[in-house]
Amino acid sequence: MRAEPLPLHHFRKPLLETPFDARTRALQQNDQFVAWAGYTTVDVFTSVEQEYFAIRNAVTLYDLTPMVKYRVSGPDAERYLNRLVTRDVRRLKVGRVSYVVWCNDSGHIIDDGTVFRFGAQDFRVCTAERQLDWFSDSALGFDVEIEEVTEAIAALAVQGPTSCCVLKRFGLSGIERLKPFELGEFVVRGRPLLASRTGFTGDLGYELWMRPADALTAWDELMAAGQSRGIRAIGSQALNLARIEAGFLLPNVDFVSAEHTVRVGRDRSPLELGLGWLVDFDKPHFNGRRALLAERQRGPRRQLVGLDVGGNKPAHHALLYADAGGRREVGSVTSAAWSPTCKRNIALAMVEAPCFAPGHAVWADIYLNRELVWERRMVRAQVVERPFFAPERRRLTPPADR
Amino acid sequence: MSAAAPSSPHDVIVIGAGHNGLVCAATLARAGRSVLVLEAAERVGGLAVTREFAPGFRVSAGAHLLHQMPAALIAELGLPEHGLRLAGRALPSTALSEDGRPLALGERAALDACSAADARAWPAFEARLGRFAGLLQGLLALPPPRLGTASWSDRRALGTLALRLRLLGRRDMREFLRIIGMNAYDLLDDEFGTPLLKGALGLDAVLGTNFGPRAPGTVLTLLYRLAATRAAGSAALAQPVGGMGAVSEALANAARHAGATIRTGAAVKRIEVSNDRASGVVLESGETLGARRVISNADARTTFLRLLGPEHLDTGFVRRVDHYRSRGLAAKFHLALERAPVFTGVGRHALGGRLLVAPSLDYVERAWNHSKYGEWSRAPALEITVPTLNDPALAPAGRHVLSAIVQYAPYAPEGGWAGERAGFAAAIRAVLEAHAPGIGALILAEELLTPADLEREFGATGGHWHHGELAFDQFYMVRPVPGAAQHQTPVAGLYLCGASCHPGGGVMGIAGRNAARRVLAEAA
Repeated sequence: MRAEPLPLHHFRKPLLETPFDARTRALQQNDQFVAWAGYTTVDVFTSVEQEYFAIRNAVTLYDLTPMVKYRVSGPDAERYLNRLVTRDVRRLKVGRVSYVVWCNDSGHIIDDGTVFRFGAQDFRVCTAERQLDWFSDSALGFDVEIEEVTEAIAALAVQGPTSCCVLKRFGLSGIERLKPFELGEFVVRGRPLLASRTGFTGDLGYELWMRPADALTAWDELMAAGQSRGIRAIGSQALNLARIEAGFLLPNVDFVSAEHTVRVGRDRSPLELGLGWLVDFDKPHFNGRRALLAERQRGPRRQLVGLDVGGNKPAHHALLYADAGGRREVGSVTSAAWSPTCKRNIALAMVEAPCFAPGHAVWADIYLNRELVWERRMVRAQVVERPFFAPERRRLTPPADR
Repeated sequence: MSAAAPSSPHDVIVIGAGHNGLVCAATLARAGRSVLVLEAAERVGGLAVTREFAPGFRVSAGAHLLHQMPAALIAELGLPEHGLRLAGRALPSTALSEDGRPLALGERAALDACSAADARAWPAFEARLGRFAGLLQGLLALPPPRLGTASWSDRRALGTLALRLRLLGRRDMREFLRIIGMNAYDLLDDEFGTPLLKGALGLDAVLGTNFGPRAPGTVLTLLYRLAATRAAGSAALAQPVGGMGAVSEALANAARHAGATIRTGAAVKRIEVSNDRASGVVLESGETLGARRVISNADARTTFLRLLGPEHLDTGFVRRVDHYRSRGLAAKFHLALERAPVFTGVGRHALGGRLLVAPSLDYVERAWNHSKYGEWSRAPALEITVPTLNDPALAPAGRHVLSAIVQYAPYAPEGGWAGERAGFAAAIRAVLEAHAPGIGALILAEELLTPADLEREFGATGGHWHHGELAFDQFYMVRPVPGAAQHQTPVAGLYLCGASCHPGGGVMGIAGRNAARRVLAEAA
């Protein structure tokens, strides 16, 4: 909730600045900004490659304040969330985080996000898109309070193999005991701070949640603590490369929210997105359950899969065919990248039945612009298991002290 | 997988012994199902009930005339054998006028005396509306189709609708499509000049609704009323002996005779769900009753949001139910009279029928204006009956009862009804006095039932007579809401049979019968 009324001329500056803006703006060298959920954030600080390699080999700071956050509390909070999302929230212990999706009546995904449990009746839900209308409508009949707290919390992702070490030096003593998807409350030189072992990189990493007033001090202290460990601020593009390697989905890239699709058949179910493991048919009723049950019985018509694409040219937006001749179209690529760590040409793609089974080969129609001359290549691609990159260190507790 | 406990003694539990619940129960019991009907009130009937409102004076507390229940349904259930008798049939309708020259509706000679032009226009208008009502009549009787399915019955129903429309012929089809979305005010104004005639037809178009005659969709409600009355057959406007409660009693007798059990004073607290299937109900008393199927005669909002609970439903569906409009605007006013009232210029025959206070379309529209802003009408429109003329047993010897449907009374006037009742009652009495001078001196007792009272006494959300507004967006294949428009609900084993379903309110019984047929077809 916004603490004070908007200033009179707020519309002259339509994008908000995050509490870290003074630091991120000073560090970026390219003037490459991107609008994210109403905030201006840095897309690339120096170069995507430099930033990406810091994620995989050192430690990075990423300003994720624009991530939309809701506080969900009240006597029915657990029952409410359990009806909202497809996972069983009753099993989420206090001090833990869960990755969830929520669906509309027809079992199509509205958004994905994380649920933090602070107490028996106290939760936080982080989402990609604003959800207040859907969350409020879903609250009908439940004794629950939903409050948007996006602006009240400054959030910073600290990700990379040396992140644990840097956070210890920063002052989070005991952070090494935090297991994946666990929450820890800390006080750093008198300032309260919440840390969760979560992230979007598929690597060792943490996310820090703090008061906006403490943001700049925390940033400076983290930078100082991480200097010897190669700390670097990263933008959204480097993160995107890391998340494709980790096989994570990006809303509006790998799927479009069912609340936003206009054309028939463009919305996606969790079963189609390979998120069937998030759907718990054994818990009490949840939004979309009956439709998903019917879909499960029918079998999915399409599936989001990982692709190992031939060559080294990323198959951005490529149409996929069952045959090299390009006669039968069977899907398209949603995200693609050359993976610097795997040294593979990888992609996430939506593929029709029956071509989505692992091992199946499809053909990607890749267009290349070479000095204004378009070339077209039909490249063989193989359906493979996700994630493409999953280092042991992401789960190791305590992490290696380096 | 059937979730019903093996010990569940009933095939079906029907929640609510309103007329639709009773028709449904009787139909199922006649087909050999074991049926238990649970009614919260101490007597059956819901809004079709006769009860004492002053010592020795009884009145139909809700609907006061029987004119929409199909003759075929009455015959099928054998209601005459189960005690239904009519005190009056083919009752006349009269539009009252303060100048003492009321208009007998539907009588060419009477209209001729008012306006020769209107009298000339009337037969063609009546015939045309009759043909359109005939089209709707075909829709009334059957459950509406579902959209977007591959089912043959749905396609056939849609095809039949298109065919019936086409069979009207080019002229009539064009006219039908021109007027069906229109307001009654403009249509009647185009056709006629006599204010009394237009006012009375305008009131018919909006009786029991939350509309004034200028509201779009009121031609539909007018045709709908005509269609239901046509379906009722030869009895047309009828008055049962013993009031509308006698219809309910006959239905209850028919249901019991067929083997159904009816328990009154048994308020359902919630519908039980196990394995995503309705498995029974829990009563307010804490008693649990199992059944393989639960059919709710309660309105959609009560059924889904209160008895079932949103946790068993999806957000989008709950949102639609929550947005379902069911704020009633019709009140009921009852008078115990020392002797028969005298309405200026109204003879004995007309007094035994339906008297309408709607002297012009503007009068009705003005009455509605108040309600738009949460006020009661300063000069309300009325549909009056004096049931004791045809059925003297409703009152002590020589005394009489006046029963009036009063429009418009908001569900929740600003400041609440407590401070407004006396003023509204006085306004109604003033209108009556203007048309029946001296009636005020005859009043022994009176009762005013506002929509809030109707909700409290009969459980209909918003006190809406039709269990929800009858408007295009809550009509036919989307009534009450998409996902529950064909008696089925998102929860297996749970069905709706009340006026929230197609074809809506009025004492018709069609929704109850169609719900029963749906259940029988499924189980077969």
